[in-house]
Amino acid sequence: MTLDLELRGASLRYDDGTEALRGIDLSVPGGTILGLLGRNGAGKSSLMSLVASLRRPTDGQVLIGGRDPWEDAELTARVALVGEAAEGGAWKVRDAVTSAGRLRPTWDAAYADRLLDLFEIPNVKIAKLSRGKRAALACLFGLAGRAPITMYDEPYLGMDAPARYAFYDEVLSDYMVHPRTVILSTHHIDEVASLFGRVAILDDGRLVTDDETDSLRARGTEVTGPAAAVDEFTGAAGLRVLSTRSLGGTKAAVTYGDLTDVARRRAADAGLELGPIPLQDLFVHLSGATQPEEASL
Amino acid sequence: MAAFDGRSPIYRQIAEQIAADILSGALEPDAQVMSTNQFAAHFRINPATVAKGFQQLVDDGLLYKKRGIGMFVSPDAPERLRARHRERFMAEVVDPMIAEAHLIGIDLDDVVTRIDQRRQDGHR
Repeated sequence: MTLDLELRGASLRYDDGTEALRGIDLSVPGGTILGLLGRNGAGKSSLMSLVASLRRPTDGQVLIGGRDPWEDAELTARVALVGEAAEGGAWKVRDAVTSAGRLRPTWDAAYADRLLDLFEIPNVKIAKLSRGKRAALACLFGLAGRAPITMYDEPYLGMDAPARYAFYDEVLSDYMVHPRTVILSTHHIDEVASLFGRVAILDDGRLVTDDETDSLRARGTEVTGPAAAVDEFTGAAGLRVLSTRSLGGTKAAVTYGDLTDVARRRAADAGLELGPIPLQDLFVHLSGATQPEEASL
Repeated sequence: MAAFDGRSPIYRQIAEQIAADILSGALEPDAQVMSTNQFAAHFRINPATVAKGFQQLVDDGLLYKKRGIGMFVSPDAPERLRARHRERFMAEVVDPMIAEAHLIGIDLDDVVTRIDQRRQDGHR
């Protein structure tokens, strides 16, 4: 059973007046693996706290399976938010795992045991665990919990690359057997981007991009060639220029927009080179930089 | 099979990789290809993305589905691919070569002579 998630005009203003989220309209069909991207302070954690019903939107709505999850214990039990490291320092690992199992109707105890082995988490007090092992334990709670909506808020902190890849493999293989919605916020975009079916990008509390990952990739193009020809082409094709670099008479423009086959042929005829852009670079340009930047090569 | 980069759409890279394996003979007609889930787990790719890549190959007539069993290479897939590449050959290989020869000052007659030589050497 998967659950649809929807935010309608959701805003969150903190008591000190900070506008953490401004009118977010986001729809996440059940069974999606969503990458939630944004710079520090863009609103990723705030958005997750709304979905987890830790906070209530000051405006707008959060709907899970079409219902308001606020103070709805049956519904919130089906949503899990995994922070960057497991808490409960005085508990021993096994006791914490057993206790977590009692709170989640969908908990898989055998899977939790397998993950303790896989992540090599010793049965000591949580406070005694290294930062990486605490992060791995947090990931275990998310995986074995099998909540229909499972969110990971930068779960990788302190985990080394092999541990992170082991985690990604588990997210994917468990998802294929037990489809559910996974929302993952991260800065290691290129490591996990191939896992994301969709990507949402937040900037200063606003949703600036919400699309299929492959569509987003297809829309980023670097146009390189004689400066005047680059300008003429990007203008005529109606591309949004995210940044440019120049060296002598040559210019490279990072652009965002759909390119038709006709436009591609026209670029070739004009002696322009079109190249793809890594998702990580697209993200850098789509989050934060609101004005096209001019830099030299 | 190569890993997939984070640049162009991954579903298209998947389709291109499998097509390349069919053309090279690594995947023979009527051979079964990996399942969507095997492929997704192996290359750490979202299964929906993999399914989209496979669907493109089915739409192109390069793979066929057997319900409940899996996907297989179409008997005429290698020929279809060769035909597709023949169509592109002039535009993507010969035309740029002529442009390059012009740019660096090689006479096209010399190019034709070279092609004739190679033909006599046994390249038909």
